[in-house]
Amino acid sequence: MRRWLVQPEFKVERDPARCIQCQVCVRQCANDVHSYDEDDELVSSDGASCVGCHRCATLCPTGAIAIGRSQLDFKPNANWTPENIRNVYKQAEGGGVLLSSMGNDKPWRVYWDHLLLNAAQVTNPSIDPLREPMELVTYLGRKPDQVRVERGPDGKAKLATEIAPQLKLRTPIMFSAMSYGSISYNASRALAQAAAEAGTFANTGEGGLHTDFRPYASNMIVQVASGRFGVDPDYLNIAAAVEIKIGQGAKPGIGGHLPGEKVDAAISRTRMIPQGTDAISPAPHHDIYSIEDLLQLICAIKEATGHRKPVSVKIAAVHNVSAVASGAVRAGADIVAIDGLRGGTGAAPTTIRDNVGIPIELALAAVDSRLREEGIRNRASLVAAGSFRSAADVAKAIALGADAVYIGTAAAVAMGCHLCQRCYTGKCNWGIATQDPFLTKRLNPDVATRRLTNLLRGWSLEIKEMLGGMGVNAIESLRGNREHLRAVGLSDREMAILGVKPAGE
Amino acid sequence: MKIDATGLHYRDLNARVRAAIEAGERELLIENALGQRYIGTGITAPQARIEIFGVPGNDLAAFTDGPRIVVRGNAQDAVGNTMNAGTLVIHGDAGDLLGHSMRGGTIYVKGSAGYRVGIHMKAYGQRFPVVVVGGAVKDYAGEYMAGGLLVVLGQGVPAGEPVAGRYLGTGMHNGEMWVRKPVSAHQLGKEVGQVPIGDAEWETFQTHLAPYCAEFGIDQGQFKREDFVLLRPTSHRPYGTLYVY
Repeated sequence: MRRWLVQPEFKVERDPARCIQCQVCVRQCANDVHSYDEDDELVSSDGASCVGCHRCATLCPTGAIAIGRSQLDFKPNANWTPENIRNVYKQAEGGGVLLSSMGNDKPWRVYWDHLLLNAAQVTNPSIDPLREPMELVTYLGRKPDQVRVERGPDGKAKLATEIAPQLKLRTPIMFSAMSYGSISYNASRALAQAAAEAGTFANTGEGGLHTDFRPYASNMIVQVASGRFGVDPDYLNIAAAVEIKIGQGAKPGIGGHLPGEKVDAAISRTRMIPQGTDAISPAPHHDIYSIEDLLQLICAIKEATGHRKPVSVKIAAVHNVSAVASGAVRAGADIVAIDGLRGGTGAAPTTIRDNVGIPIELALAAVDSRLREEGIRNRASLVAAGSFRSAADVAKAIALGADAVYIGTAAAVAMGCHLCQRCYTGKCNWGIATQDPFLTKRLNPDVATRRLTNLLRGWSLEIKEMLGGMGVNAIESLRGNREHLRAVGLSDREMAILGVKPAGE
Repeated sequence: MKIDATGLHYRDLNARVRAAIEAGERELLIENALGQRYIGTGITAPQARIEIFGVPGNDLAAFTDGPRIVVRGNAQDAVGNTMNAGTLVIHGDAGDLLGHSMRGGTIYVKGSAGYRVGIHMKAYGQRFPVVVVGGAVKDYAGEYMAGGLLVVLGQGVPAGEPVAGRYLGTGMHNGEMWVRKPVSAHQLGKEVGQVPIGDAEWETFQTHLAPYCAEFGIDQGQFKREDFVLLRPTSHRPYGTLYVY
């Protein structure tokens, strides 16, 4: 693994006074950092292949392991950072495309951290959500242009407008698309179970729906991506909604390759491809080269599902995102999901992940404004994705115009992910982004389910507290209500795009 | 059961087709089709027979899983898109994207087809998609192909003239293509190569050709081994060495 000029990122220190030679660390590390010398009866560590996932340190019964950044530093250089230098070494050695996992880790401005929420004082009294009802229920799907009510022959009022199919969420947070293949069976099961328990939805990603997860299908959104893996009439009809994946925030404009090594028997069955072959998702859908073509696939899916399911279109946040979103809505999308610059991935070329796309905050505000200006905002729900780290981020997104959000990285972290960004190696020591049976069994799906539902409960309670503080009692009152946001430290132009006033105004 | 498609919107036409099949109807005749899209889309009844007179629109039999659909005329784009099983017989020409991402079933076209024929077709288990085009095809046939069989017979194309366009089998990593000669190197994608046609390959090919010829009443004996080029991917992992970590 270790390359000639590429020095280790981490150093592993073992406190000999504490280490009891129990070898837990040796068994826990899939990267072979720790080893046991039987002759010397001594555990030792070589930090060269450490990825910084903390599995060993977390499980060490005596707290004997410390992991730090390698002290071997380059001469300080603001331009040629250690990462830049290391990457050149790697590519000079291997001659290929640099690969990364998880979301963009570069210090692009996080606009959530420049937006502040409002609260009521005196004139609009705040509400205590612990004692009064606070509504988080969210419906995703096309809303009618107007609602007509007619009086029937019996004199009773009846809804005369046909309502398009809707997804009902108990809280406006869903689990983002993570395919079985990119994550383990146990992780996929936990997401499905947690979505069902919490009254929300988990997205299958493009890896198909494992037969074991069919009982949770009414809480699942199935994806149709460019590879069309696992897509058949049954797959489309069993789920609550169908999502056409056009793009992903971590890698806008490019496709993906699940390497053949990861396509084992169960993944082969779920994706409906032979075992051991690469699962190649081309960059575009070959039947979608225009908005008209997108319309054609949306309508084909609606025809295949008897017009009973909302169809979502997921796009990456790119420069012309509002025009694309407008086109998707006009093409018949019931939900438009927008995945921002910091959205996660199981594997993406580093240079794409770190440099392509725009932040979700600006994209969301631009799309919401554009759809309002065009008078078509009601025709589709907006789902924002791309790194929601807290309930505050979610509340700010709702205020900017999102109907709901997708969380992927936060869900992975809830299950134990330590953001070491090495999903692509398939050696996830936490049993999440791996198919190695020795590693996957580390993730107990029922424990992970509980951790996910706990996270949703915690964030939902916090959102209720924030709503109550603003003096409103329903998430609908915050939705698209940018008066509840103020900006700190942003330019006039940025505030204009976000549609928010500076703090103090 | 006979349905006159004159003036019918596709949703009404397809709703009638679906209702008839759900009610147990197994023989449907659609007359005067005029560009209505999604006919037969998502139909899962394997015994259903749909015969169409006129020109059905795009996405004919998309996501279809089982029925036999016969078109007595030309078809448009994306015939058999992401199809799972069944038989489609087109007595005229077909448009672009014939058999896109098809996983199983059979598509026979008597005439020619457009661009991107058989793109990303894939085989799995018992499912093995077969597309046979009687005439010619345009560029990008079999691109990203991950399984199945794509045949271009070149009927009606004068001898010595190519029957397929360029970029044949670009990114292809499984399955095979049979194309009538001549096929020049510049027509091939980087990931495919020509392989010799042995007795075993030719015999298997004949078993796929026989039902096609029977369907259209064509003399199977006219197709000679020396007239064809057999294309297969040169690697099952075309992008295996693309990355560094």
